[in-house]
Amino acid sequence: MTSHPFSNPRGMFTLFWKEVWRFLKVTVQTLLTPIMISLLYLLIFKQVLEEHVEVYSGISYTAFLVPGLVMMAVIQNAYANTSSSLIQSKVNGSLVFVLLAPISSLEFYLAYVGAAMLRGLLVGAGVYLAALGFTDLPITHIGGMIAFALLASLVLGALGIITAILADTYEQLSALQNFIILPLSFLSGVFYSIHDLPPLWHDISRLNPFFYMIDGFRYSVLGVSDVAPALSLGITFGFAALLSAACLFLLKKGYKIRA
Amino acid sequence: MNSAVTINNLHKRYASVHALQGVDFTIARGEFFGLLGPNGAGKSTLINIMAGLTRADAGHVSIQGHDVIRHYREARDALGVVPQELLYDPFFSVRDVLRLQSGYFGRGRENAAWMDELLATLSLSNKADTSIHALSGGMKRRVLIALALVHKPQVLVLDEPTAGVDTELRRMLWEFTRRLHREGVTVVLTTHYLAEAEALCDRIAILDHGRLAALDSKTALLQRYPYRMLCLSVNDPAPALPEALLPLLVMRDELQIKFRLHK
Repeated sequence: MTSHPFSNPRGMFTLFWKEVWRFLKVTVQTLLTPIMISLLYLLIFKQVLEEHVEVYSGISYTAFLVPGLVMMAVIQNAYANTSSSLIQSKVNGSLVFVLLAPISSLEFYLAYVGAAMLRGLLVGAGVYLAALGFTDLPITHIGGMIAFALLASLVLGALGIITAILADTYEQLSALQNFIILPLSFLSGVFYSIHDLPPLWHDISRLNPFFYMIDGFRYSVLGVSDVAPALSLGITFGFAALLSAACLFLLKKGYKIRA
Repeated sequence: MNSAVTINNLHKRYASVHALQGVDFTIARGEFFGLLGPNGAGKSTLINIMAGLTRADAGHVSIQGHDVIRHYREARDALGVVPQELLYDPFFSVRDVLRLQSGYFGRGRENAAWMDELLATLSLSNKADTSIHALSGGMKRRVLIALALVHKPQVLVLDEPTAGVDTELRRMLWEFTRRLHREGVTVVLTTHYLAEAEALCDRIAILDHGRLAALDSKTALLQRYPYRMLCLSVNDPAPALPEALLPLLVMRDELQIKFRLHK
């Protein structure tokens, strides 16, 4: 074994598996509940708005809604997986067992983010498949769907690690989650096109990284979008790189976790 | 490098406390080493730096010749740490956490026999599938020991393993660490109990306010102070002492009498 950043693959895979196992032990909470919540949104908005709203001509409101709901589920669950696991092990002290092991920051990052991506993708796929029972959905660009889902869950998995490192208590973590992540994911064009917003809100929405993830994913499903899909892909990729770098920097420094 | 642990001019400062102020010493391979000192002396900080759980502000530590920062993989692979607090992940059973910990250290199926042996030696076999959450404090401490040994480290650090432990478990821990030591493991023990260090350790370091106050073999250290203190608690606030005891008296208040005796 050397101090090369990638020389304990078994250690990394074990940590990945521990993180997956953790959410599989409570699937009602980690997979089924978020799928059900998304379906409730779908059911309610379909009933109330289907006949009244047409965001893009020729596309039903329900069909418009599904890609956004899928992506919102991916975003929220990838974030929840890393942030809740890490804050729990930080607060109860069991993170020590991982910190004592010969696992590099890169291996730590890949294991946690990998598990977050898997959970995000499972919930997203669940919402998508269940939504097929409510409306017909085309697939315009399967590669785009996969790329946006992977990148978005990676961004949020990394963000979950960062916030759990920075937060000292559940209270601080939940403040970050409920006052930043949640509003950003709701105000990202899941339920509307930003072209229907007043100019100020339209401009503000374009600063929201989640908007690009959702708009790009919607393009990949429906073939329509508010901005060019290449721009959305570029920005999402940029955020993935930025947050991964920040996350690796904090892990390498041992900021707060190897105080 | 023939030492198990080398500590070189180690400094660590927290916001208001200078926890380690230039600590320097070496622990030889195969030693049973005691690290003593009052609360806040810097023992835990020192152990955390050895384990890579805390970064030193200055100085170096190496385990079996591997620097804990530059060659952290080799250093961590050579070190097992039994933490002072009863930490555990409530999601998993005893066997689960043992397998996970083995995996973190890059060990595969070939390690299964050793894990079974650890469970048997620590009398955990019939609790292997129980969630750690449901175990008694003593059992949890045994799990921590099994976790520290799962990768067969050459150096084992026990951070106050017998604090708040009943006599039976204490005896079992003493026997077990003696056995590991006989088998060639370097054992580093921190403790508040002088008797414990006296019973187990070859060499003892005493930390005080982040500095090394003493470091010597057990016998030399005990000879250095040729007295024993005897402290009596009495019910009668003013018992008359026999004349012969008066020269030995060092302290007396209402309910306590302290004597200093030659060994």
